[in-house]
Amino acid sequence: MASKTGEDMVIDAKKLCLTFDANDGPVHALKDVDLGIEKGDFVSFIGPSGCGKTTLLRVIADLEHPTLGSITVNGMTPEQARLERAYGYVFQAPALLAWRTIERNVGLPLEIMGLSAVEKAERVARTLDLVGLDGFGRKFPWQLSGGMQQRASIARALAFDADLLLMDEPFGALDEIVRDHLNEQLLELWRKTGKTICFVTHSIPEAVYLSNKIVVMSPRPGRVTDIIESDLPTDRPLDIRESKKFLDIAQRVRNGLRDGHSYE
Amino acid sequence: MTGALSRVFPIATVVAAIMVVWYGFTVYLNSPWQIEQYEKAGIEWQMGDLVRDTMAHDRPILPAPHQIVTEIWKTTVEKKITSKRSLIFHGGVTLSSTLLGFAMGTILGIGLAVSIVENRAMDKSLMPWIITSQTIPILAIAPMIIVVLNAVGLSGLLPKAMISTYLSFFPVVVGMVKGLRSPDLMLMDLMHTYKASRWQVLWKLRLPASVPFLFASMKVAIAISLVGAIVGELPTGAVAGLGARLLAGSYYGQTIQIWSALISAACMAAILVAIVGVVSHFTLKRMGLRA
Amino acid sequence: MTGFQRTIATLGGLSGVLALVLAVADAGEAGVLMIAGSILLAAAGLRHHLGLMPEARIDLAASIAGMILLLTVLDGEMPSASWPFLVGCWLIGWLAVEKSLAARGLSQAYSTVISLAVPVFFGAWIIFVWEVLTVGLQIPTVLLPPPSMIAVRFAASTSILWADFQQTFIKAALSGYIIGCGSAFIIAILIDRIPFLQRGLLPVGNFVSALPIIGIAPVMVMWFGFDWQSKAAVVVVMTFFPMLVNTMAGLQATQAMERDLLRTYGSSYFQLLVKLRLPTAAPFIFNALKINSTLALIGAIVAEFFGTPIVGLGFRISTEVGRMNLDMVWAEIVVAAIAGSLSYGLLSLLERRVTFWHPSNRQKNL
Repeated sequence: MASKTGEDMVIDAKKLCLTFDANDGPVHALKDVDLGIEKGDFVSFIGPSGCGKTTLLRVIADLEHPTLGSITVNGMTPEQARLERAYGYVFQAPALLAWRTIERNVGLPLEIMGLSAVEKAERVARTLDLVGLDGFGRKFPWQLSGGMQQRASIARALAFDADLLLMDEPFGALDEIVRDHLNEQLLELWRKTGKTICFVTHSIPEAVYLSNKIVVMSPRPGRVTDIIESDLPTDRPLDIRESKKFLDIAQRVRNGLRDGHSYE
Repeated sequence: MTGALSRVFPIATVVAAIMVVWYGFTVYLNSPWQIEQYEKAGIEWQMGDLVRDTMAHDRPILPAPHQIVTEIWKTTVEKKITSKRSLIFHGGVTLSSTLLGFAMGTILGIGLAVSIVENRAMDKSLMPWIITSQTIPILAIAPMIIVVLNAVGLSGLLPKAMISTYLSFFPVVVGMVKGLRSPDLMLMDLMHTYKASRWQVLWKLRLPASVPFLFASMKVAIAISLVGAIVGELPTGAVAGLGARLLAGSYYGQTIQIWSALISAACMAAILVAIVGVVSHFTLKRMGLRA
Repeated sequence: MTGFQRTIATLGGLSGVLALVLAVADAGEAGVLMIAGSILLAAAGLRHHLGLMPEARIDLAASIAGMILLLTVLDGEMPSASWPFLVGCWLIGWLAVEKSLAARGLSQAYSTVISLAVPVFFGAWIIFVWEVLTVGLQIPTVLLPPPSMIAVRFAASTSILWADFQQTFIKAALSGYIIGCGSAFIIAILIDRIPFLQRGLLPVGNFVSALPIIGIAPVMVMWFGFDWQSKAAVVVVMTFFPMLVNTMAGLQATQAMERDLLRTYGSSYFQLLVKLRLPTAAPFIFNALKINSTLALIGAIVAEFFGTPIVGLGFRISTEVGRMNLDMVWAEIVVAAIAGSLSYGLLSLLERRVTFWHPSNRQKNL
């Protein structure tokens, strides 16, 4: 798959490789990944465990370093992008600090960046409102449900207004009803803000529902088997998941997974 | 750096560094007296002489490690075990009260823990006092306990062992209570569905689950039992045991004797804890738990 | 009522009956009080068979009444009825505790009151039995003085006790504690960036923590002299390693995910330390601080056994033991126990405030 060239490439990866040294030989977490993500894209990464989707996200975030190949984020190296706070990262678990209230948790990146108290308060209030948690600012994480904690985690990633959002299976641990609700809210957020979002998941319906580009990956070695451009309308209600177009795209994803995934 | 080597090398470096610093301090602390000696005898001295001589004092302010090792060698290998000067003899005296105290403390601790877990009245009455008991410096009243027990006719091994018992039962109680309460609620429910009696639950579920906690506590308990045994030897006019050697050394200014008793006690503590560790490892392995 | 409770009740009642029989048998000695008390106890214990008024309050009242009665007739010559009476009192008191704890549907406040009252009642019983046994069995005061005698001695010697407290607790233990814990904390942070040193120091530190450090007391006396400084030095060495080991463990306790989170914010080493790693380490640090508070006091007192000026808790204890003034010794122990318990209690309260978020402190709230 050839990658597009252009200056507004938010993420541009060429022949990206990452090899771990494990006890019983090298593990090819990523092999020859070519990827181009444009501004305003909502890209889902889907594949079985071991396909490298989380690893790829972590490379973008400068939490892992590639062994071969190149990658730029906003035209800079991932490390520069990280130090410029170019992206917000949402982990699989809420990762909220238990000794801070929700307000102070959401304000954590702003503290580290050294914003003034007034600015902090304004941004925290705004993002909490955005994810529907206004009124819960003074509570502690363990007083909130799983879904609410994850929303707080998303609010935190939004707080410093980075244009890029990296999300690693953020809704994986939640039940389906909450998940549907949060999916809707995330789409709404994307429409309103026009951010670029990279979303890792292992749910096919979720991947197809949320994104306009689906990157199908498979393991051993971790690689991209298909990149699917979805032309579903940006304004999509939940019941679009029953429409023929949706099911076609989902089937294509499924085929890509089956082709790449060796059932050994 | 591969596994075992990467663990041993840093430790070896730290120990080596400690040795170097120790030797440095030996020379530094013993020099004033040595220089005085030189001046009294009117000898011209060089740095080399100073370094050599400060490490050979009879009653140094800080003995050099090799002096301590020599002293330990002299009083263990080169003496008959039954001699009153043999470090092995003294070590044996301390060891016997340590082990007896440890055994009694462990049994008492397990018994208390079981009654605390099984009976709410015991739990609520005893637990606060058991915790408070450790804030009472029992070591401080060791002299009194020894004297009083001697007066009622209990002398020798038993009073010292009782101090060790008092010190070692606490970690065992705390650890065992935690361990007896550690089984998952699901497992307790399971036993309930089998209509298991309280004793059966205790024997088949709680006690096996508490074994790792017991071993962890026993490591702490045996080390502290040794401390109790040593302190217990102090009040009886310091006759036998490592604590006695320690005290005698401090009365007569025999610093090398003090340090050799101290290092022997340290080695004994390390060996005892290691033994508990080995027993723990093999027992837990047999039980299928990761040691 | 459970079978267990029933057994205790019956035994208590029967003890009361036995006491009654003995009291009547030597009517002259025991007196009316004893007879009346025995009837009360017997009734309290056996009423359950008739199903009368099973509330715990009754048992508690009966037990306390019995205790007061026994104290009033307490002197060197105890009538033989006293012993079954004591046993009966104890059993009825135990019954009251068992019933209170088994009660269901109580309000939060009431439950807390019971949880506090039970150990206090237990403690009171220990002191009560101590008093009765030492006086009633005429145990020589040079062996074990009764609490009343200790209280008298305590009240009469407050100036000496205060001087000893200052010498041992404030000068030696407290200063040693602050220096020992403080330096261990600083060193743990300094070597935080040097994994090589950490790998070497952690096992060595664990090893030294298990050693009988108290043995260096004579060496410290030799180096720092007889006064409180040598005792403080012993405390420094005793408290250093537990604090070092625990702080290091605490600093390593953060999860990779949380560290990654702060990395994504481009945080510096210092920000990571202050905002994430130190709060995560707090439970470990407090664990060490609590252990060390006990060690510091013990260290300071025992170090005084090896030589000290004529003041200090350890000094007083060892000399008064030599003079067989055990009531003074116990008075000193009370001072040490109060000091130790208060320090530990204060640290626990502080710990609860600082680590309110830790799961072990949250059990009750949810």
